[in-house]
Amino acid sequence: MSDRLTNPEKTLRIGPMMTMGHIPDLDPRMRIVLAALFAVVVISLSDLIALCLAVLVAVTLLPLSGLPAKRTFKRMAAMDGFIIFTLILLPFSVAGTPMFTFLGFDASWEGLRQAVEIALTANAVILALMCLVGSMEPVTMGHALHALRMPEQLVQLLMFTTRYIETLREEYMRLRAAMKMRGFRPGTNWHTYRSFGYLVGMMLVRALERSERVLGAMKCRGFMGRFVLLEQFRMTDRDWLFAALMTAASVFLLVVQFRHAFA
Amino acid sequence: MHIVDGALSNPVVIAGTAMAIGGIAMGLKQLTLERIPATGILSASFFVAALIHVPIGPSSVHLVLNGLAGLILGWAAFPALFVGLLLQTVFFGFGGVTVIGVNLLNIAAPAVLAWLLFGRLVERGTPMSGAIWAGVGGAFSIAATTICVAFSLALTGDEFIPAAKLVLLAHIPVMVIEALLTGAAVYLVRQVRPDLFTAVKGVAP
Repeated sequence: MSDRLTNPEKTLRIGPMMTMGHIPDLDPRMRIVLAALFAVVVISLSDLIALCLAVLVAVTLLPLSGLPAKRTFKRMAAMDGFIIFTLILLPFSVAGTPMFTFLGFDASWEGLRQAVEIALTANAVILALMCLVGSMEPVTMGHALHALRMPEQLVQLLMFTTRYIETLREEYMRLRAAMKMRGFRPGTNWHTYRSFGYLVGMMLVRALERSERVLGAMKCRGFMGRFVLLEQFRMTDRDWLFAALMTAASVFLLVVQFRHAFA
Repeated sequence: MHIVDGALSNPVVIAGTAMAIGGIAMGLKQLTLERIPATGILSASFFVAALIHVPIGPSSVHLVLNGLAGLILGWAAFPALFVGLLLQTVFFGFGGVTVIGVNLLNIAAPAVLAWLLFGRLVERGTPMSGAIWAGVGGAFSIAATTICVAFSLALTGDEFIPAAKLVLLAHIPVMVIEALLTGAAVYLVRQVRPDLFTAVKGVAP
């Protein structure tokens, strides 16, 4: 994740988007609900064909979402890198038909199957989530979650956090630049850890001071504890069509999963 | 240390989500209008701090700092860390959708526990003793998070136990680093703005 700190690219995108996809035009509330529905359907799948089709559905969403494909796949790969060790261990820890023996440990086909199941599920769900929800502005997501009855304080917290992540990241980079100017070079030593600790402490102190100024400014403008959320969401024919297609795809996945039960 | 979709059994996911919602509700109770800006901006700083990579030998680790978040936010660590986790999942693809409750519980419950156990010791006494107890709290919360992650995997099935053990072992250096950093951060805050500890959650229990 370190690239996100040195990269000139912003942490979270705020402001109007310049994308060509179709998904960003659809109702944000519906996209959140569909992402949750898709996740619940996919985690209930265990058939490998059904899971592969689920990944296919998620990959189909990618060009529609307008997200840069390369970066999105890179982020998925980062998640896979996280779980790969757990998955590699599974064939060795699940008992079953031996596949091969490595350093005296038996790898089983059943364990391999379980590892593949988890990998396909995790990738299908996270890719669909990034395409459906990750393609909207964080502020829009806050408004949509509010429309979906998420507690108002939680929405306000979300708004504050998204608003200040970029500001605080810039502050962090200024502090790091100041440290560098004074000859700070991180290494494995007490000096480094103490300096990083002071850096974090200083960021928190500055965050508190900033929040006091923000609260003062809000009070002076008569803030009463409610944000006026300007966006009014409306479901259009296109939204209903997309919702119907996604639901049909989910039902189809379930049919593939339970096809033997029906036959 | 995030768990992904499809790795946990349904009872674990449901129980974890229920407990996480309870934690968020506890946190929201103390979030009055006056405290929301401070909580939100502190939550953003913890999000940024988690992106910092600290060198350790030839490699580097990224910070978690959930212990520090608990010591400063108290129960509000639940909603604050939830917001961070939500943004991380949706926009960066870390973690999973159905397991977000379990992931939150594994990070925020140790944070709150660290505050309940060490909060008073961190806020009182000399800045130095506060810093040392904060270091203990920082190491404790990483250890507890790792154990919670291992426990959620082990509850799902015995086949995850080797992976869970490995996760625990791999996090020992992280515990040391988190302890040192949390201690140093608290030392600075105690010297510069001791009221930071009471800004969001009031006085220690």
